[in-house]
Amino acid sequence: MVLGTCVAALAQTPTYNRGRTPSAEEVRAWDIAIGPDGKELPPGSGTAKEGAKIYARECAHCHGPTGAAVPSGAANLWPHTYSGQGRSPTPLVGGRGTLDTDRPMRTIGSFYPVATTIWDYINRAKPPKEPGSLSADQVYALTAFLLYQNNIIQESDVMDAKSLPKVQMPNRGYGGK
Amino acid sequence: MNSKQSDRRRFLKEGAALAGLAVGAVRAARGQTTGIETLGLRPDDYRAYGMRSRFVTSVRTVGSRTGLLTPLQDSVGIITPSALHFENTRGYPPPDIDPRQHRLLIHGLVDRPLIFTLEELQCLPSVTRIYFIECGGNSGGRTMTKNAETAQQIHGKTSCSEWTGALLSLLLQEAGVQKGASWLVAEGADLGKRTESFQMEKAMDDVLVAYGQNGEPLRPQQGYPLRLLFPGWSGSFCVKWLRRIKVVDQPYLAKWEIGRFKPDSEGRIPFPTGQAPKSVITRPSGGQRLPGPGFYEISGLAWSGGGAIRRVEVSTDGGRTWKDAQLQEPVFRFAHARFRYAWNWNGEETVLQSRCTDERGQVQPTLAELGGISALDVAEGRFIDYWQKSNDESGSNYIQPWKVTREGSVRNALF
Repeated sequence: MVLGTCVAALAQTPTYNRGRTPSAEEVRAWDIAIGPDGKELPPGSGTAKEGAKIYARECAHCHGPTGAAVPSGAANLWPHTYSGQGRSPTPLVGGRGTLDTDRPMRTIGSFYPVATTIWDYINRAKPPKEPGSLSADQVYALTAFLLYQNNIIQESDVMDAKSLPKVQMPNRGYGGK
Repeated sequence: MNSKQSDRRRFLKEGAALAGLAVGAVRAARGQTTGIETLGLRPDDYRAYGMRSRFVTSVRTVGSRTGLLTPLQDSVGIITPSALHFENTRGYPPPDIDPRQHRLLIHGLVDRPLIFTLEELQCLPSVTRIYFIECGGNSGGRTMTKNAETAQQIHGKTSCSEWTGALLSLLLQEAGVQKGASWLVAEGADLGKRTESFQMEKAMDDVLVAYGQNGEPLRPQQGYPLRLLFPGWSGSFCVKWLRRIKVVDQPYLAKWEIGRFKPDSEGRIPFPTGQAPKSVITRPSGGQRLPGPGFYEISGLAWSGGGAIRRVEVSTDGGRTWKDAQLQEPVFRFAHARFRYAWNWNGEETVLQSRCTDERGQVQPTLAELGGISALDVAEGRFIDYWQKSNDESGSNYIQPWKVTREGSVRNALF
């Protein structure tokens, strides 16, 4: 073998040989962070219409019936108040054009530059009592509902691994702060 | 031996084996007795694991939102006791992780995806470093309660520990980072599965995958058994209960990091410049009382995301004159530095302040110098609103004034 190849190979060789190669299944089970291009999005789909029912059942008691106004006392519904007072949820809907004002409202519609963030967060952390309990279809449907409530997609638009990353968010390019 | 005793013995043995797993990779040989068994002490016996005097009552308190604040006003030296380290959560409680079940996965744009047990990580070359962690929202409305008076209530989301672990750069070299890899996504094993994106440049520089804090395993509230340390950067990067690092080619824009990665006018995503230089006099400080005129040592803490603290000045006359305080040596980069200043109080009302300068030459500003910010803005957290920041540099590093009244009461003179 020529010397040049050896040097290149050395640089790519682990020094300590600790750890093992994970199985494909181990990686798949944990590979849940969704980047802006949606590569990690799983199969499944949902619409705002389907999402409305799930939202009413799983989300409305803290985020309000439409997502635009947080019910009073919502902070006390948060189940994990272990290190202080509960956290009041911020509105999910509305607030467009407020980012550069004294009282910015950072909602999905006003602030999020990409739609994948919505899917990622619902899937990873919601509902707070039992994250991970929603199916991929349910997460797509909830994402569609929140986009629809923010007047970003139509009620009948199907959100899936292909369509979601293509959604044009009002704050794409970070026009506001 | 009755069954109760034998149960206890088994419990102790299992506990000791677990402790061995947690502290070091090399386990005690089977059947070997440890000191704790010889003495017959339970792990929760104060003789086995020491406690402070019942007369020492300094504790963390609850801040304006979820979070526990370090009692800085009671601190001496530069190390925060692990039990008093501030804590921020996103509302989810610390998970109860069995270290034998915990894994760290490194994958994505790497030649060799790797999965490590804690034991395997502890076989690797380790480093020990003293670093502060400061919440990006410290000293503002996200920390302070209304009418905040004490150093704890205003600045209690900073703490400093000795951390031990493996450099992330070493793990990445083992996995073999591929061309085009420029970002990483780190994820925790908590219920909310906290994630953070960060640049490869930082990962290859000084990010630490820590399993040790102040001479023992991390506390559960600090990420047991594994967490990230980002020297100088906002504490929010320091993912706790770390279970996964994915090597990627762009920031992943998790919910809480959207505003942080706003591109500049040329489309470049800013590289965090670290926490701005800050200092605070911890003694005497708000809520304390001077019994009468005479000699006092003014003492406090200074730190900066820019590296080492080079200078701390103290004013005992409301900012008219400033004199150099003495810095406790050695001064560590990205760590709390302790400063001390000899002072004779004449019994008159006055205002005490400290200001620091870091190795970049950045000087801590007054609230007025921060520009366009009122004390009310500070109290209500407006100017440091997390989402408004285009990068991670804290804008809340104003000089903290403490007023000493003729009666010897020390008060927050910020507002």
